[in-house]
Amino acid sequence: MYKILLRQDLVPNIHLFKVAAPVVAKKAQPGQFVVIRIDEKGERIPLTIADWDKKEGSVTIVFMEVGTTTHRLALVEAGDFITDFIGPLGLPTHIDKLGSVVCVAGGFAVATIMPIARAMKEKGNKVISIMGARNKNLIFWEDELRSVSNQLIVTTDDGSYGRKGLVTEPLKELLEGSERIDRVIAIGPSVMMKFCALTTEPFGVKTIVSLNPIMVDGTGMCGCCRVSVGGATKFACVDGPDFDGHQVDWDLLFARQRIYIDEEKRSFEQWQSQDGVSS
Amino acid sequence: MPKLNLNREPMPRQAPKLRGKNFNEVALGYSAEQALAEASRCIQCPKRPCMDGCPVEVDIPDFIKAIRDGDMPEAVRILKSKNSLPGICGRVCPQESQCEAACSLAKKEAPIAIGRLERYVADWERANRQSIDSPVVPPTPTGKRVAVVGSGPASLTAAADLVKLGHGVTLFEALHVAGGVLMYGIPEFRLPKDIVQTEVDYVTSLGVELQLDSVVGKVMTIDELLNNGYHAVFLGTGAGLPMFLNIPGENLNGIYSANEFLTRVNLMKAYRFPEYDTPVKVGRKVAVIGGGNVAMDSARCALRLGAEEVYIVYRRSEVELPARREEVENAMEEGIYFKLLTNPKQMLGNEQNWVVGMECFKMELGEPDASGRRRPITIPGSEFIIDVDVVIVALGTTPNPLIAQTTPSLETTRRGTVVADEATGKTVKDKVWAGGDIVTGAATVISAMGAGRRAATSIDEYLRGQ
Repeated sequence: MYKILLRQDLVPNIHLFKVAAPVVAKKAQPGQFVVIRIDEKGERIPLTIADWDKKEGSVTIVFMEVGTTTHRLALVEAGDFITDFIGPLGLPTHIDKLGSVVCVAGGFAVATIMPIARAMKEKGNKVISIMGARNKNLIFWEDELRSVSNQLIVTTDDGSYGRKGLVTEPLKELLEGSERIDRVIAIGPSVMMKFCALTTEPFGVKTIVSLNPIMVDGTGMCGCCRVSVGGATKFACVDGPDFDGHQVDWDLLFARQRIYIDEEKRSFEQWQSQDGVSS
Repeated sequence: MPKLNLNREPMPRQAPKLRGKNFNEVALGYSAEQALAEASRCIQCPKRPCMDGCPVEVDIPDFIKAIRDGDMPEAVRILKSKNSLPGICGRVCPQESQCEAACSLAKKEAPIAIGRLERYVADWERANRQSIDSPVVPPTPTGKRVAVVGSGPASLTAAADLVKLGHGVTLFEALHVAGGVLMYGIPEFRLPKDIVQTEVDYVTSLGVELQLDSVVGKVMTIDELLNNGYHAVFLGTGAGLPMFLNIPGENLNGIYSANEFLTRVNLMKAYRFPEYDTPVKVGRKVAVIGGGNVAMDSARCALRLGAEEVYIVYRRSEVELPARREEVENAMEEGIYFKLLTNPKQMLGNEQNWVVGMECFKMELGEPDASGRRRPITIPGSEFIIDVDVVIVALGTTPNPLIAQTTPSLETTRRGTVVADEATGKTVKDKVWAGGDIVTGAATVISAMGAGRRAATSIDEYLRGQ
């Protein structure tokens, strides 16, 4: 059992948990993920690691309420326990001194990009971060991301905060600008990652994306998370989750993310009707 | 001399039509009368050939004699002194090619049903555990610690043996339950999970410490284990990496590895979705590619989940099917269709990326190949399409590379298996042993247990010599 040491509601439907998991904290690196299971009847879902504290023995995860599991997880409070917290899984993000690195975060992936931006900055890179959200109410960790970036650009789809528009627009401007960009790391919803990759491709700037297909075990055992990269089948859990965004077969990823769309709906409806929030 | 009794006691089983709709165990087990009748057929021949057929050298005639004498606690003692997991072995061992093949009565085509008797003894113990006087004499602690990685049959056996010899043992399991393939792979109807849990509990009751959710290779490396107080390491992580066909369309939605399908069903209990959160696509027409036990398990799971038509698609003919005969017969009785001498060419999908068909070649058999089986040859121009909406690929597995990748001094083969001495399980790396599927590639539960036992003996010798 793993204790939730701290809970923060970053925005109404995005939550932060600091979880007591000393062995995971000891080994965690930027870009890796954990697989969690809430209880005996729960499914195993992957969540990226947002932060860790070796001394305290804690690992921080950030998640958004999407389906049954994340809605159920949102009912867990500080002091409560979840049954399983397995990691760190996947290969860490390749951190190196590259020059200028653009870190693009869409939605709650700002939490995922944080340790990567920090590590890139610590390596001596110039880090330019772009964070985008649908609207002002979904913005969090702006100051945190700014503190590990040389420059931060905030966008919202509706213009309620920062610059109006999608993250791909300032990304394109940076690429067109006079400054040389050596690496782009884009993490967020799959569609956003796809369009970031399409934006950078004409400029020939290597673009790393963190893929989020459906997983079960997360250790290379089942092959549910297979993706096609450069024409070869890869398991995102052990060969990734980071891949070259220009090589990813995005349509396959989108299709495979929808395998259980009917079941997800059915599960959520039944949860809402039976055990769901009473409000 | 009494006349030989050649009437092998049949195993009572759930009726095929009934069992095709539930996940309850198919084989129901002997009654006391049946066990006595079967045990009484054993002629107690002096040469004991059956024991040579047993990878863990169970004193088979002795435990059978104890059944005949009505001394069940003695039967339990004899069996468990050599086999920590009799409830499992009695159910899933291929006895027909091991102990029973060697039985003196096998020549008369009526070998003693050793596996069924083994299961009877194990089940009796489960039901009567409290009433058995089990004088567990705690061993003298040696002060040595062994890390056993993985918790399938090889590891459970090695762990039990080592702890009985007085060593401190920690079992590291990557998943959230112990048991490995016994839990995630073999379905409930062939090996009930509470039987596996009972056997795991027995091993931990001996003093083995169990650490779940611990992915060795990620959370710690083998070298870190050795530098952190473990005097030896046993690798029993099995063969968990699924093989695919590498044909066009294999990543379409609805195409599973058998590992994924069985993990969802058995480990995550998708057959109880939505009560349990993990879903599985059942499909109306399901094709399972492969002819081994895992293929049979997958097909029979799909049937029980409600698929209308389930096919086994295998490139050789019926006699070459690698699955146990008993499981093939069970599958046929339940109504699984066998498309033999058939090999997939490509998977066909619709616009939503869902599999809708499988284009196959018809095959014929040529000369025997390296495996001794007749080689399947594609018949040119024989392509035909099978309509399917779920495909399960059960072509076998290779060892997960996680540990080998993070343990540079370990020697591996081209197939990804770890090189270890057959007699001792010793790898080329100092203080590290390995056994089971990680060494042999996917094989049987009992051969993994035999390897776990031999490695435990070798580790014990090493630790005592230190």
